[in-house]
Amino acid sequence: MRGSEALRDAPAVQALRLYGLVAAGGFRRFSTYRAATAAGVFTNTVFGFILAYTFVALWHERPQLGGYDQAQALTFVWIGQALLAPAALLGYGFQEDLQERIRSGDVAVDLYRPADLQLWWCAHDLGRAAFQLLGRGIVPMAVGALAFELALPTAAHTWLLFLLSVTLGCLVSFAIRYLVGLTAFWLLDGQGINLMNSLVAMLLSGTLLPLTVFPGAAGDIAQALPWAAMLQVPADVLLGRHTGAGLAGALAFQVAWAVALLAAGRAMQALATRKVVVQGG
Amino acid sequence: MAELAAGVRGYGLIVAMWVRTTMTYRMSFAMTALGNLLMTAADFAAIAIMFSHTDVLGGFTFAEVALLYGTTSTSLGLADLLLGNLDRVGRRIRDGTMDTLLVRPVPVFAQIAADRFALRRIGRVLQGLIVLVWSLTALDGVAWTPVPVLLVPVMVLSGAAIYGAVFACGAAFQFWATDAAEVQNSFTYGGSTLTQYPPTIFSKELVRGVTFAVPLAFVNWLPALHILGRDDPLGLPGWVDFASPLVAAACCALAGLAWRTGLRGYRSTGS
Repeated sequence: MRGSEALRDAPAVQALRLYGLVAAGGFRRFSTYRAATAAGVFTNTVFGFILAYTFVALWHERPQLGGYDQAQALTFVWIGQALLAPAALLGYGFQEDLQERIRSGDVAVDLYRPADLQLWWCAHDLGRAAFQLLGRGIVPMAVGALAFELALPTAAHTWLLFLLSVTLGCLVSFAIRYLVGLTAFWLLDGQGINLMNSLVAMLLSGTLLPLTVFPGAAGDIAQALPWAAMLQVPADVLLGRHTGAGLAGALAFQVAWAVALLAAGRAMQALATRKVVVQGG
Repeated sequence: MAELAAGVRGYGLIVAMWVRTTMTYRMSFAMTALGNLLMTAADFAAIAIMFSHTDVLGGFTFAEVALLYGTTSTSLGLADLLLGNLDRVGRRIRDGTMDTLLVRPVPVFAQIAADRFALRRIGRVLQGLIVLVWSLTALDGVAWTPVPVLLVPVMVLSGAAIYGAVFACGAAFQFWATDAAEVQNSFTYGGSTLTQYPPTIFSKELVRGVTFAVPLAFVNWLPALHILGRDDPLGLPGWVDFASPLVAAACCALAGLAWRTGLRGYRSTGS
């Protein structure tokens, strides 16, 4: 008995509980916007249909384009629509709130809290992503599977690996947007950089077209950049395009970018925190 | 008539105020306008990448698709520039600032439409126009007699009016569903994405839907098919190619009705 009590009070367990609560809060906050969620499902489904028809036309002219057959290409479209909100593929997200708190100075309060700023926002954002994957991902994917012939896997472990890959993709997406958010310490106004972030995320995550379809070296470069971890890699995992060592490599690619970008976020946060103290003094 | 004049005047004054505000930070304005232009150019980049792999899509060449893209993007850009902030109705109802608009001596519609007028959205219009002008120079086989020449501006302006009506209907819808602003995006941004591509690649049911239910086909498909000398997939009589202004007028009347009904049914949240 005493042992489990000691365990409950261990700092690591307390921290885990805290960030678990923050994540649950992020989940709950977005689950309250029911009409907005329904509207999002509707929009994702409409865009899924439009994109799917354009892909059918393109793959009719060029079967096997980018290494996908038509069913795989259509599956890619609907995975993209399902992940649009959870992985923030268009670049929008919590960073605008963070920028606002930095601009107004409220961030100083956040920094005094017994929670780490990056971990707090990360837990919040993953909670949001979990809700949006359930609330905005499943229905468009199901509608897509009913309306078109998709190449969805039947093996349960492929779906589990896909979920793991999606989680890693959301982590990379968070790490990038955290860096974008922190720029507010220097730029104050985030509008310009948010717009650039959206542009880059839209082009380089594969939201418009799979990165394997990009011509020549542009495709290779795009597939090596972190945005590829947000959609291209999870989609290829679900489509079963990676096996064995290749699969491990694809997941390692996501982990590596997540670690590197989160570390960059920590470094930038440390620099920014010093700046807050200077301003506050 | 007097109400309309007051509305336009009020709209103009509020817009002028926001433009002055924007122009205080010229560099910031230039950057965000350019960013808007680049952002909307991304979907054209996707079309260009598609045509790097093929010569035709649904039987249409790159220049022909560019004509469709340029017209619908310019139309949507104009509507978005003039009325884009109508989608803040839901937020205004939620935070209670809707009530302050009701007591001011300017029509509510004009106040909301002009609220936070974002001149940077001119970037989308410019991008659409650039593609449109390029497509006009790149099209072969079009005899530029007076009729097709006139059809181009008529199509762009009618299209803008149709999108504007959709924006207004979307705003009216928010009197009932206060946090469903995104539904409107399906019809505006979704509609623009749809009409960027030739109608031949979509199913007949979908084409019928955007011809008769939400008449987005009149934004550019029907007049553009006339310019390109192609038959429309539904086999409609030839005169419908010129019906865009009429359809636009009908849409605007319907949107006006929807807006009035919504506003009349509005109950403040009291917050």
